[in-house]
Amino acid sequence: MGFLTFKGGVHPNDGKSLSKDQAIQNAVAGDKLYFSVSQHIGAPAKPIVEKGDHVLRGQMIAEAGGFVSAPVFSSVSGTVTGIEKMRMPAGNLMDCIVVENDKKNEEIEYESADWHSLSKDEILDRIKKAGVVGMGGAGFPTHVKLSPKDPDAIDFIQVNGAECEPYLTSDYRMMMEHPDRVAEGLRIMLSLFPHAKGQICIENNKMDCVEKMQKATAGDPDIEVHVMKTKYPQGAERMLIYANTGRSINSSMLPADAGCIVDNIATVAAVYDAVALGKPLMERIVTVTGDAANHPGNYLTPTGMLFSELIDQAGGLKEGYEKLISGGPMMGFSVFTTQIPVTKTSGGILAMMKDEVAASEPSACINCGRCVSACPEHLIPTRLSVYADHNEKERFMENDGMECCECGSCTFVCPAKRQLAQSIKSMRKICLADRKKKK
Amino acid sequence: MAGKLQVSSSPHIRSKMTTSKIMMAVVVALLPAAVYGIWLNGGHAAAVLILSVLSAVLTEFLYEKIVGRRVTISDGSAIVTGLLLGMNMPPQIALWIPVLGSVFAILVVKQFFGGLGQNFMNPALGARCFLMLSFAGHMTNFDVSGYAAKHIVDTVSGATPLANIKAGETGDLASMFFGNIKGTIGETSALMILIGGIFLIVAGIISWRIPVIYLATFSVFALIFGGHGFDLYYLACELCGGGIMLGAFFMATDYVTRPITVKGQYIYGILLGVMTGIFRIFGGSAEGTSYAIIFSNLLVPLIERSTIPAGFGIVKEKKKGGEAA
Repeated sequence: MGFLTFKGGVHPNDGKSLSKDQAIQNAVAGDKLYFSVSQHIGAPAKPIVEKGDHVLRGQMIAEAGGFVSAPVFSSVSGTVTGIEKMRMPAGNLMDCIVVENDKKNEEIEYESADWHSLSKDEILDRIKKAGVVGMGGAGFPTHVKLSPKDPDAIDFIQVNGAECEPYLTSDYRMMMEHPDRVAEGLRIMLSLFPHAKGQICIENNKMDCVEKMQKATAGDPDIEVHVMKTKYPQGAERMLIYANTGRSINSSMLPADAGCIVDNIATVAAVYDAVALGKPLMERIVTVTGDAANHPGNYLTPTGMLFSELIDQAGGLKEGYEKLISGGPMMGFSVFTTQIPVTKTSGGILAMMKDEVAASEPSACINCGRCVSACPEHLIPTRLSVYADHNEKERFMENDGMECCECGSCTFVCPAKRQLAQSIKSMRKICLADRKKKK
Repeated sequence: MAGKLQVSSSPHIRSKMTTSKIMMAVVVALLPAAVYGIWLNGGHAAAVLILSVLSAVLTEFLYEKIVGRRVTISDGSAIVTGLLLGMNMPPQIALWIPVLGSVFAILVVKQFFGGLGQNFMNPALGARCFLMLSFAGHMTNFDVSGYAAKHIVDTVSGATPLANIKAGETGDLASMFFGNIKGTIGETSALMILIGGIFLIVAGIISWRIPVIYLATFSVFALIFGGHGFDLYYLACELCGGGIMLGAFFMATDYVTRPITVKGQYIYGILLGVMTGIFRIFGGSAEGTSYAIIFSNLLVPLIERSTIPAGFGIVKEKKKGGEAA
């Protein structure tokens, strides 16, 4: 049987067996929590609490800083002690609202609702007010995604259950343990669009999830479960749309231009929580895994909790581990400290005994073309990296360098161990900055 | 917390494939034909192969030491160059010729242009053509005597079967396919080369595109212009004779000197087939593979430039609007 797929891509060892069978456990928040004001793409949230304020779990502590923005909520009850700068996974410093946990876990009252009786605007408003953002990593505010110019033109909502990043199993556990939340979330989203059909898109290494989701959506004529080939980056938005609809969009287009909206599994579940239960987004499933993790597993983690505390609760790490990654091994960020708070977009913490990158000395390109076959964007990464290293912006752009989705497949396959993606990513940033300057 | 953590740009994992593994796979794929050549021609052929490999590796080592570059002999590319060059030598050649050839291949064709990945011409072929032009007598002398005379079918005429076919004779297809004929050490057995070539394709080291399109184009060209009409026996002899098999699977597929774009590889394969056909059928010599490949090598930058694929989701007419969208 042919599974849905795209041209290019790579097959890294998926490492999911470490944590996939570990049921979701609750991580318990520590003494102090750090809530970043920028857990999403767009304007940072504006703090609305002051030092000394008492806050409850689920209480908004920072409001959206604009339309493309999202509010932030406290995941514990306690006292605000101020704003501190904390490291983020990418290495930058970010303002964080610090809440001292009183461990009483007093919650606000959530306003649940029968979403069938809500208007479209009310549904969108509940999503917006709950601070729901894309939890697959990008953190794009969901209410913005769900408000395209022409809702009539949306044909499909794809629920991205590819989880093509090796090692991560948070979406897998969500589908296994909470398929109904995902299904209901999708139904809510579909109700916003008169013509849209739902597609739950899952790679064929997760057939048990396919079964669960089929069961959860049985008899629903508007929802199909699609089985895709297991291949990285199957879950990249543009690859996912192509695999499931045959429609191609380039980097300057939005999924909506192809009549699609793509949302990750966790996000869709968060939409359900927000609309039906009235619960804001303040916790998420985080996979703690890797060959250096003593007890790999999946943890329902309050946002604001430090990596170090989560790692301790997960049984700690083995002596002498070399690398710690926030996210998956293909697109995640390697971090140099564990004093980093969990945000709405933290999908996993991956600890590795050996750093393969440090062990791989780059050598001369032999023009083998593996990066060309691997590139899902049909680019020639080895040439682009040379243009990037030579600072040849024009040739870089002429050869569609800006189309790169930064998936890292080229670097992964390179037998000469060249840092192709790194060069290309840096050049893209320079070119994007230039564009902004011109405007 | 443990000691200091490593940080790097993503991705944080790497495939197991390395340059030296690729080169070793090519060496392994060349072995059937090389071993067969030694069996057929005897100890002198073994000496040629060993000397050409050793001198290639040593040249690379010494050059990199002298100019103070990182020594890269462990990547195995010099071994491949030396072995290929040795396999392109007549079995009874004077031993200093392959040594000179290896030095030329590594020093002039490869290192002077920047080393691995920078040469615009296949080093082994460049050296072979240099030797052909400089020592034509040595390079085209396929006389057989002693041990080799036991195995080789035709020891009387001085020429290779391919040259005899060009002169109007009929070839003996079975011996040309199995390889007990006159020719350079590594090129005579189409069977052994096919075994190695198919291994490389199955192992994912090379793509089928260039060899298949090259041989197919040459076949069409030979059937049309060969002067034998639709004679498949003649065609089979042309395919099994001379260097076309070795060239198609092991030299035309050289990563560095073939186009990296898929479309470019189709064009390159067609170009190779046509050029080989022209050289073999209309040229003065019966052989033409080496010149066809190095000539096509020179056109690779042009082919690549005109076959850059459009990025995913990019509509071709983007140039119309001036600035890319």
